Amino acid sequence: MRNQLLFLRNGKVVTGLAILGFFTLLAVLGPWLSPYDPNQVSDALLSPPSATHWLGTDHTGRDILSQIIVGARGVLVVGLVAGVSATVVGVLVGVTAGFVGGVGDESLSALSNMFLVIPQLPLIILIAAQLPSAGGLTVALVIGATGWAWGARVLRAQTLSLRKRDFVEAARANGERTWRLVLAEVLPNLTAVIASGFVGTVTFAVLSQVTLSFIGITPVSEWNWGTILFWAQNNLALQRGAWWWFVPAGACIALLGMALTLVNFGIDEIVNPRLRSTGLHARSLRRRGIRPRVGFTPVVREVRS
Amino acid sequence: MSAGVETDPGVARDAGPTAEDPVLEIRNLSVDYGFGDDPTHVLRDVSLTLRRGEVLGLAGESGCGKSTLAYAATRLLPPPGLITGGEVWLTGRDGERADLLSLSDAELRAARWRDIAIVFQGAMSSLNPVFRIEKQIVDGILAHRPRMRREEARERAAELLRLVGISADRLRSYPHQLSGGMRQRVMIAMALALEPQVLIMDEPTTALDVVMQRQILEQVMELRERLGFSVVFITHDVSLLVEVADRIAVMYAGEIVETAAARDVYTRPRHPYSAGLLGSFPPLHGPRRELTGIPGAPPDLSAREPGCPFAPRCPHAMDVCRTELPVLGRTAQGEDGRLVACHLHTAGAPLPEEVGR
Amino acid sequence: MSFLLRRIAFYVLTAWAAITINFFIPRLLPGDPVTALLGRMQGRIDSNAEHALRVLFGLDQDATLWQQYLDYWGLLLRGDLGLSFTHFPTPVSEIVNQSLPWTVGLVGVATVIAFVVGSLIGTFLGWRRGTWADGLLPVATFFQAVPYFWLGLITIAVLSVNLGWFPSSGSYDRGLVPAFTGEFIGSVVYYGFLPALTVVLSSVAGWVLGMRNMMVTVSSEDYVTVAHAKGLAERQVMLGYAARNAVLPQVSSFALSLGFVVGGTLIMEMVFSYQGIGYTLYQAVSTHDYPLMQGCFLVITLSVLVANMVADLAYALLDPRTRTEDR
Ligand SMILES: Nc1ncnc2c1ncn2[C@@H]1O[C@H](COP(=O)(O)OP(=O)(O)O)[C@@H](O)[C@H]1O
Ligand code: SF4
Ligand SMILES: [Mg+2]
Repeated sequence: MRNQLLFLRNGKVVTGLAILGFFTLLAVLGPWLSPYDPNQVSDALLSPPSATHWLGTDHTGRDILSQIIVGARGVLVVGLVAGVSATVVGVLVGVTAGFVGGVGDESLSALSNMFLVIPQLPLIILIAAQLPSAGGLTVALVIGATGWAWGARVLRAQTLSLRKRDFVEAARANGERTWRLVLAEVLPNLTAVIASGFVGTVTFAVLSQVTLSFIGITPVSEWNWGTILFWAQNNLALQRGAWWWFVPAGACIALLGMALTLVNFGIDEIVNPRLRSTGLHARSLRRRGIRPRVGFTPVVREVRS
Repeated sequence: MSAGVETDPGVARDAGPTAEDPVLEIRNLSVDYGFGDDPTHVLRDVSLTLRRGEVLGLAGESGCGKSTLAYAATRLLPPPGLITGGEVWLTGRDGERADLLSLSDAELRAARWRDIAIVFQGAMSSLNPVFRIEKQIVDGILAHRPRMRREEARERAAELLRLVGISADRLRSYPHQLSGGMRQRVMIAMALALEPQVLIMDEPTTALDVVMQRQILEQVMELRERLGFSVVFITHDVSLLVEVADRIAVMYAGEIVETAAARDVYTRPRHPYSAGLLGSFPPLHGPRRELTGIPGAPPDLSAREPGCPFAPRCPHAMDVCRTELPVLGRTAQGEDGRLVACHLHTAGAPLPEEVGR
Repeated sequence: MSFLLRRIAFYVLTAWAAITINFFIPRLLPGDPVTALLGRMQGRIDSNAEHALRVLFGLDQDATLWQQYLDYWGLLLRGDLGLSFTHFPTPVSEIVNQSLPWTVGLVGVATVIAFVVGSLIGTFLGWRRGTWADGLLPVATFFQAVPYFWLGLITIAVLSVNLGWFPSSGSYDRGLVPAFTGEFIGSVVYYGFLPALTVVLSSVAGWVLGMRNMMVTVSSEDYVTVAHAKGLAERQVMLGYAARNAVLPQVSSFALSLGFVVGGTLIMEMVFSYQGIGYTLYQAVSTHDYPLMQGCFLVITLSVLVANMVADLAYALLDPRTRTEDR
């Protein structure tokens, strides 16, 4: 309970969640919100932002704002599906490895380390390029299948340390079934780590998917922010100085990624209290003349009430 | 040995250097945790004097603020620790007195290790795992003697190891290659590198087994005789202190509640908390006592109640205890050289037998 | 030593796994892109090369899976990765050989620079926590969240298209003949500067944040407090004690994140049309040149494994605990 309150009091988390909420809204309501059909060509070829086209148009006169709004769904759905599938695999592998120990642990750890070391993006490209049709969902599943290893690694370490804690040992001594033990005692204590892994995977998935779309592996007719950049790159938006074509889409990706990172910072601060900076606001510290330093405790002789 | 020496009972609150030959005088030290609007006041006006050549024991349960006191006095308390008041006067070898809390960074750096060295709680983590023992000792020496040759410093390090009974070829070892007891000895050797006047030892033996504890204690006491430094010895184990300390200060909830000669605390405690503490540990020597312990746990310092912090656990708590904070003062018996902070001693009523022997 | 032996065993295993994945992908995935192409090449491709392609892509269905697997290994051990479709009939291994040095030069140098610079900045940020330096954190967070290739697009737009300071594509002046001359090397550095800068910009933030967090954690370790208690100079405590230890997890995560970082930086080659392995992979993807794609993946993976091993070696040198038997 306390942790949850702490979580929501954290400014970073609130900012992150607010941005995520905004994009979720776009993803759900996109087709109704967008001013034009993103595929609808017009006479306004490659025109800069104006009152009719807030973010300008592309080389065939399609409205870029509409592409971005409609594209939000593609990005979020892939992120979510990939995040969920990778997290499920990560939890299964990580918790099992941490809990069974011995040879099982060794081999599962080796497996996840392998998946970490093998460069994922080239692997995803290789798989996606050989699939007859690599639509958003397929790509999401491929990302999930290759991106679970980091979460598994962290979860294994946490499970290992949990396993040695008193309450788990006690439950085990009481003859609790293993799966009950895992469900009732271990998993609840891993929530923060699982959440952090999930958010991390979503970030990775979004970046990967956008990258794949950018290099033209996913169908270019499926709108997402990477597709916009694909069109921009292939139609020399850079050389033509059409900044409105590639800046907003990239900014949206960056904003979404930042929101996810902020949420993860909040989670990290819960897991590792040393990172918590409660009261460490530079301005208020300066006002009180405190310079927080390791090795030289600040001395502040204030008049006490 | 200054145990039992008659002193002015007003020492701790007096402003001047009154106690005979003090090396370290902590005056009204206050410490908070938290830089924000609602900090935890951990230490409140703590005063303590260490005399030259003396072993001063600091006792109290875990969480009473002993480590905080030691770290704050040397300004080593990590964030979010904040010193909100007080002075820490250190008398240098030349007799000059300086307030550690007002020194500049450079001056404080120079005084550290040279005048005042610390052996921290947990020798396991006090040594840097990636450096050889040699480098860690030599670094400390060279920081203060920049003109010394590395070779010389290395010889000094070897000498120090021998001093604590470790063969000099261990200099080339990494911390993880040493046993817990050896690591603690290395820390002690390292602390003595510059022949400091004050050695603060924070639970130096808590993690060790009883045999190792004894060995190390005896060694430190012997070195003290030989090198003549003063010691602040921190532990939660009062019966251990009785063996090694000249005087004992008992801490509870961030305050000193009793100071007296070690023997006096042991045989005639004046504060109910001291009495309770003595009942929690078996004596190392002498007749066995029944272990009673103190019910309950030390209070959460972030939510202090008014009155005596020990009141919820005290068998003799009175009404006044729940409203007024007792201050350190003379005992009801008017004994010299000891102070206690308990309303029993000012109430005028006869003392319970536990604290009135 | 057992640490290094264990690691080497792990890498051998991983290399085997990567090669095996490469063997199975075309066999497991639906669709058969190669047969059609082989049909089109009929007559222009000699039987040896055709056989190699059949082995690589699992079209030799008459052999058992095990036999296919052995054949596949046989090809790899001879360095035969098949023929490229687009650059027909150049062998894949030749194309890969030509592009790999460019990647090692660009991505390798830039990644190492990013690691060093990022760790230094992170050291400083972690040490100065609660001061104005914290203001740099949001900036780092932003750079970490930006997709690599987009940053590449922006730098091109600003530094190349608008200001005209750097060329926007290529890896050296096409008017020059590759040779070890000052002029040619200068041209390589000039052309490589922008892509390298983008790789550094986009990957540095991760190292900054990682190191900063490690510094915060390590700063409250007892041995750092002891270093202060010894009266060591601030610089010595910060670099010699705190950063020296904080960099350890940083190096091991360097090893683990190489795969990720390299993936991202390869895309950068695509943006800059830089003739490295990433660009080659891109071309292979856009021209459906499957043998080349497979070869690129294999070479990228093996290179990352080698880089990993180097990082592990560095770790072993930095942490004495890995050098003695487990304790
Ligand atoms: N970072 C912190 N924030 C808030 N309170 C703290 C912090 N560190 C220690 N404390 C509190 O300070 C008190 C004194 O701790 P400490 O000095 O370590 O006690 P001791 O050494 O006697 O066991 C404890 O009650 C503890 O809860
Ligand atoms: S002041 Fe009261 S509560 Fe506190 S120790 Fe004395 S008698 Fe007990
Ligand atoms: Mg302590």
